[in-house]
Amino acid sequence: MRYMFKRSYDADINLFKHKAQMFWYLALLVLVVALPWLIDDFFIGEATNVLIWAIAGMGLMVLVGHTGQASLGHAAFMALGCYANVIMLQRGVPFVIAFPLAGLITGVVGAIITLPILRLQGIYLAIATLAISVLTEDFIIIAEPWTGGVSGLMAPAFDIFGISINRYVTPDLFYFLALGVALLVLGAYRNLLRAPLGRAFVALRDSEISAQAMGVNITKTKAISFGISCAIVGLAGALLGLYAGAFNHETFNIVLSIQLLLMIVIGGLGSIHGAFFGAIVIGFLPQFIAISRDVISESFGLGSVFIPGIESGIFAAILIGFILFEPSGIYGRWVKIRTYFELFPFYRKGMFKRQKSFLKTERMK
Amino acid sequence: MDYSQLIVSGLANGCVYGLIALGFVLVYKATEAVNFAQGDFMMLGACIVIWLTNGDSLGISFWLAVPLTIVIMAVLGYFLDLLVVRRLFGQPQIAVVILTIAIGFILRFGVGAIWGHEPRLLETPFVGKNLQFGSVVLGFEEGAVIIVTLALALALYVFFKHSKLGKAMQAASQNQLAAYYVGIPVKNIQSLVWALAGVVAAVSGILFASKGAIDPSTGLLGIKAFAAAVIGGFGSLPGAIIGGLIIGLVEPFAAYALPAGYSQLAPYAIMLLVLIFRPAGLFAQMQKKKV
Amino acid sequence: MSLLTLENVTLTFGGVVAVDNVSFHVGEGEVFALVGPNGAGKSTIFNLISRFYNPVKGDIRFESNSILKRRADQIPTLGIARTFQNIELFEQSTVLQNLLVGRQIHARNGLFSQMIFSPSVRDEERRHRAVVEEVIDFLELQPYRDKYIAGLPYGVRKIVELGRALATEPKMLLLDEPASGLSVEETQDMIFWIEDIKKQMGITVLMVEHDMNLVSSVSDRVLALADGKELAIGTPKEVQSHPEVIAAYLGTSIAEEQ
Repeated sequence: MRYMFKRSYDADINLFKHKAQMFWYLALLVLVVALPWLIDDFFIGEATNVLIWAIAGMGLMVLVGHTGQASLGHAAFMALGCYANVIMLQRGVPFVIAFPLAGLITGVVGAIITLPILRLQGIYLAIATLAISVLTEDFIIIAEPWTGGVSGLMAPAFDIFGISINRYVTPDLFYFLALGVALLVLGAYRNLLRAPLGRAFVALRDSEISAQAMGVNITKTKAISFGISCAIVGLAGALLGLYAGAFNHETFNIVLSIQLLLMIVIGGLGSIHGAFFGAIVIGFLPQFIAISRDVISESFGLGSVFIPGIESGIFAAILIGFILFEPSGIYGRWVKIRTYFELFPFYRKGMFKRQKSFLKTERMK
Repeated sequence: MDYSQLIVSGLANGCVYGLIALGFVLVYKATEAVNFAQGDFMMLGACIVIWLTNGDSLGISFWLAVPLTIVIMAVLGYFLDLLVVRRLFGQPQIAVVILTIAIGFILRFGVGAIWGHEPRLLETPFVGKNLQFGSVVLGFEEGAVIIVTLALALALYVFFKHSKLGKAMQAASQNQLAAYYVGIPVKNIQSLVWALAGVVAAVSGILFASKGAIDPSTGLLGIKAFAAAVIGGFGSLPGAIIGGLIIGLVEPFAAYALPAGYSQLAPYAIMLLVLIFRPAGLFAQMQKKKV
Repeated sequence: MSLLTLENVTLTFGGVVAVDNVSFHVGEGEVFALVGPNGAGKSTIFNLISRFYNPVKGDIRFESNSILKRRADQIPTLGIARTFQNIELFEQSTVLQNLLVGRQIHARNGLFSQMIFSPSVRDEERRHRAVVEEVIDFLELQPYRDKYIAGLPYGVRKIVELGRALATEPKMLLLDEPASGLSVEETQDMIFWIEDIKKQMGITVLMVEHDMNLVSSVSDRVLALADGKELAIGTPKEVQSHPEVIAAYLGTSIAEEQ
């Protein structure tokens, strides 16, 4: 067990709780920076994919995990970021301006268009955002002069201060781009959580009425949360567009919206770690299935087995497993394992047990 | 252009939406969770009846296949709650939402793996038959859809109003703890509500399959049925049917009046407008939390 | 000088009159208690002051300005903080984090400075923490500082809620049944704290309470309500012996016998 002696308020304000924690995170940082020298181009591409999912996951986590507002429509905002970025690039705006601007536009638009639905609670909000996602798909088709309609758009070549970045030609550079964005978003997110705004988000999540009584402006705070969430997801969308090379309305369909939400649930709602864990699962699942399929068909001599849609099937099965047996996600499981070792041999089984109760109605008569 | 034809086909579609919405509302009223897989339930019901009836598979008589499908779906709904959903008792709504979304994924995958992804049609005894009312030619299926929906709605109304079980369900949906105290087996009631949702899904699936082709992604129709449930107010059974009919009627007229590409926006646009201006729906009431 | 004034405030829900033409004022530095049977409209008056409800008639003034034009979240910025009857804490957060939410109205840094956690944000955080530590000291919450609310006993939660209200540095505290569910010892502590809040901190207290022991030991004046109407106002003793108050509590027949 570790005993901590706090000598100043900064001990609670700082990003890392103690030196050892800082050491492990720095080690992780060194590892991810060194990754291009450790694994080949194909896996760097996959790692980039995971990072993009993680950025999108962080975006949604701000809203769902920390502000407690469910959204089933975030593919719409990924689409907005992606199209805004590519449309600007196509018109000659340099990447270093177009990319952040795409995030900003998505954030502002996201905050504004969700303004009328912010007073909706729980399930109603989820359904309203679902409608936004469905409508966006159709809007992309209608806005053909800008979006290329059904045939979609091609991401143009882009460079940062003269260094050309391309997923296939310079996969390492693309990886570093995604990593840089992920780290910036992560930094801002962590900072927000230890600042008043982050506390206001969590307050809103846990009790709207008493957040209000403590001076939190509900509508404004929700709108800011939506704005930040959409901006981050917009950046992820912009990266996804560049990563995919070509995209159309189907790239950002309703299934993507749902997948995003499911991803952060698997990872663990309410923690930034959860976004990354979820991204790793969703990013590597197709590879994992492909590899295990090969192994199975080779060892049993079945030839090539192909079942369409098996990814989503297995993904859903994993998800059901988590919801039933570990609702706090991978991160929650990790915390339990860590606590077990930290307290060894004093860990009790009921330590993290949640109280089950009859429904306290959220629906008012 | 013959409006009456548009109205009839719109009503028939609306009935199917309304029935799926009815499934949402049943489960929502009982458990305050939304079964996002209701659309996929409908798809599964349709696929089961096709599997039982169609000549290229089992080829059982249609009249035997229909009750069989209903029973299978009811049992499925019951056990789904008993074995899976019930474990989430007392957890936040969103957990059940995510669970049912995942169940929907699995159903879609399972149906695709078993019966393939080709769209298939149900072979009913009345394929190609028409009913004629004056100048309106009504496909027999469309007429049947409307009549069956009305009959089912009426049966549910009588069930909730007059049967002991129906009253117990209502009580459990209004206050679980109080219902438990007066001796209503709340958990078991919830499983029965899921069974009922299975029955409604089976009926809507059979009706849908009799007038349109079914493939695993048909379940995504559930999203449109959300619009119906929201318009109806999510807590009102007649509201769900009426919401479905509104969506069903709006669709063909939007397609007729609006340029291509815009018409499919109509149901969702209406839903958003209802959510913005009357978030409790047109037929239900909702209030702020009391402190 | 009167800090809070209610003037002919009326609130109806549908056909039910929850608060019927109630007027009273709370003087600066006073401890003022609202008593009355359940459903008398006491908590409703709190919710009116918190601006969760809109009165259909009348005016509520704080420091001689009407608060009816303010939103609910602006009320604490005026200097009115409150607790809730059924504890409304942030369950998934620690005691410290809960108390820091009380500092929300004193947060001055913009979105961008918070994102980069600029030195001014850090300075502000230290100041918030210092205030919160004073509250922790005052209420003796040190053992629970880093504990999550979800695992705390009821009595402690009640105190944390009081602490969260104090962390806003209010001019006036609204305490909704501060002693309900507390043990005899805990109630005794609550009495001392309320006295200290009044004397040391100079904060005016308006409370709803059923425990007449607590009411008579701390309050300067008491207003008795029944069915949304004022019954009697005065010192705890006067109100307790008022025939109409006794009638409201014990039923009319006993009052008539007396």
